[in-house]
Amino acid sequence: MSLTDSNGATAAAISVRDLVKTFGEVRAVRGVNFEVATGEVFGFLGPNGAGKTTTINMLCTLAKPTSGAASVAGHDVVTERDGVRRNIGLVFQDPTLDGYLTAEQNLRLHAELYGVQSDLVKPRMQQVMEMVGLWDRKDSVVGTFSGGMRRRLEIARGLMHSPRVLFLDEPTIGLDPQTRRSIWDYIRELKEREEITIFMTTHYMDEAEWCDRIAIMDHGEIVALDSPETLKGGVGMDRVTIHTDDNDAAIAALERQFGIEAKTSEGAVSFGVPAGEEFVPRLFAEFGLPIRSVSISRPTLDDVFMSYTGSSIRDAEEDQSKHRNRVMMQMMSGGRR
Amino acid sequence: MSTTTDPVRSPDPSTSPPRTEIVRVSVPERSFGSELRAIKIVWRRELIRYRSDRMRMATTLVQPLLFLFVLGSGLQRLSSAGTHGVDLKTFIYPGILAISVLFTAMFSAASIVWDREFGFLREMMVAPIRRSSIVIGKCLGGATVAATQGVIVICLAGVVHVPYNAVMIIEIFILQLLLAFSITAFGIMIAVRIKQMQSFMGVMQMIVTPMFFISGALFPASGLPGWLTVLNRLDPLTYAVDPMRRIVFSHLTISAAARRALDPGVTWWGWRVPTVLEAGVVVALGLVMLAVAIWEFSATD
Repeated sequence: MSLTDSNGATAAAISVRDLVKTFGEVRAVRGVNFEVATGEVFGFLGPNGAGKTTTINMLCTLAKPTSGAASVAGHDVVTERDGVRRNIGLVFQDPTLDGYLTAEQNLRLHAELYGVQSDLVKPRMQQVMEMVGLWDRKDSVVGTFSGGMRRRLEIARGLMHSPRVLFLDEPTIGLDPQTRRSIWDYIRELKEREEITIFMTTHYMDEAEWCDRIAIMDHGEIVALDSPETLKGGVGMDRVTIHTDDNDAAIAALERQFGIEAKTSEGAVSFGVPAGEEFVPRLFAEFGLPIRSVSISRPTLDDVFMSYTGSSIRDAEEDQSKHRNRVMMQMMSGGRR
Repeated sequence: MSTTTDPVRSPDPSTSPPRTEIVRVSVPERSFGSELRAIKIVWRRELIRYRSDRMRMATTLVQPLLFLFVLGSGLQRLSSAGTHGVDLKTFIYPGILAISVLFTAMFSAASIVWDREFGFLREMMVAPIRRSSIVIGKCLGGATVAATQGVIVICLAGVVHVPYNAVMIIEIFILQLLLAFSITAFGIMIAVRIKQMQSFMGVMQMIVTPMFFISGALFPASGLPGWLTVLNRLDPLTYAVDPMRRIVFSHLTISAAARRALDPGVTWWGWRVPTVLEAGVVVALGLVMLAVAIWEFSATD
């Protein structure tokens, strides 16, 4: 493995082998393998509950793997926890700022917890806060910040100690499009300016496009791993979506007449064909059932996701939440463990 | 669907800010010094929080002052025969010195639950520091805050006919500091296991109120019914209230009969426990609970 080569050549920033995490009966992460090169922006894509956050927690030493091994910035996440912690920055899904303190106090506290040289705290702080556009608000109490400002401040804080790997767990979740866009601007700027590896999770497909490579995670396993372009190229089909009055009949007719296997997704019938714009006239000419609308799209990461997992990411999330509700009901009726 | 403008994409290089030299910092290896620094940081944060929270300063004082002035004045007439002419407020005062610390320290311990609920705990948990440094820092911070709160009650001595004597004030302050440390450790030991503020408040009420009532803050700890004597001797707070009363009463000029009735001292099978040992009991319990808290906190994921 690249980690073991001792001549200091570009070692992988993150290296994961057969990583497993179980919580009682639940197998949250079921043996994942991957490597992230130094300087890469690596995305973890998948619905909520796919095991993304659990994986991040293991990589940043917040959870112990049940089995398998992982190393971050050249340090083992179990035996060299401190080595990992000194070299990573973290931005969590849930806020972890102290709302009673000012922005500056929050960053100063962080720098001191990490033992940053005191003469460098101020210039570094100015730099990271200017990057996220909050330098002029440094004396404001964080409790008065909006959600987007807090997330930006968290990113700045995660960078205070010049980490070699920055973990971003759903950095743009719950933010408006403008803030999401500015956060992506910071991430790209960061990548240009500092020698840093970025590992992020997201369930926004459009964001995953910005990553150098993405791993699609579903039910605790990595089902695909490559650059977004390669993944989309691998699907190779245009996606045609039709709205009909009777989806089941339409699916049966497509199968019978064209030999196409279609699925319902978000209330519409969707299927893949090699050349969509040539197929649609044929469809209208030969298809017996009424079609209310039709749309064609080039392969997107949604299609990639669908082709590997058999469902769209939104459907997968609905399933997950249904499952969660069921578990919750069981817990409530059966009493707490 | 995918070909239209993507709101996330904005590759306009002209808007990027001018390049400056990157300030690169490094994180040193963990050492004993870095742990001390971490303890100091956690401790200082507690103090910053306390300073910015004026409400808390006021609210944690309300209950002790109610007991001192309302109960003390209200029951005065009923109890004047038993107190041998000593003002009931003067008698209760040492108890109030102890419970003001008790309430504040428990409240300080709640900050760990608070930090968990608001996420800040995670920021500390992933830092390259030991879990024990977080617990010790929290404990010292809570102790400092509680002892500071106790000073306010010390200042009220004159109102309840207790002279301002330098030695007495110093002795009481030291006792308050020790008690504050132990109670905070106790509170943190409980708080580490509890995820929600509401449950913590409930548990706290359930523990603090009996501890306070049984401790002898409001009555002399002698001649009690057997069951109450046993409970009283088991209550850690007893060993803070009794020495405080002894110190305060040693600076009062009252009749021997009043002294015997009001400051009988805590006895173990007829042996009067000396002040130093009582303080020792408080500290020892505090250290044990701190150790348990550290052990529990380090074991959590």
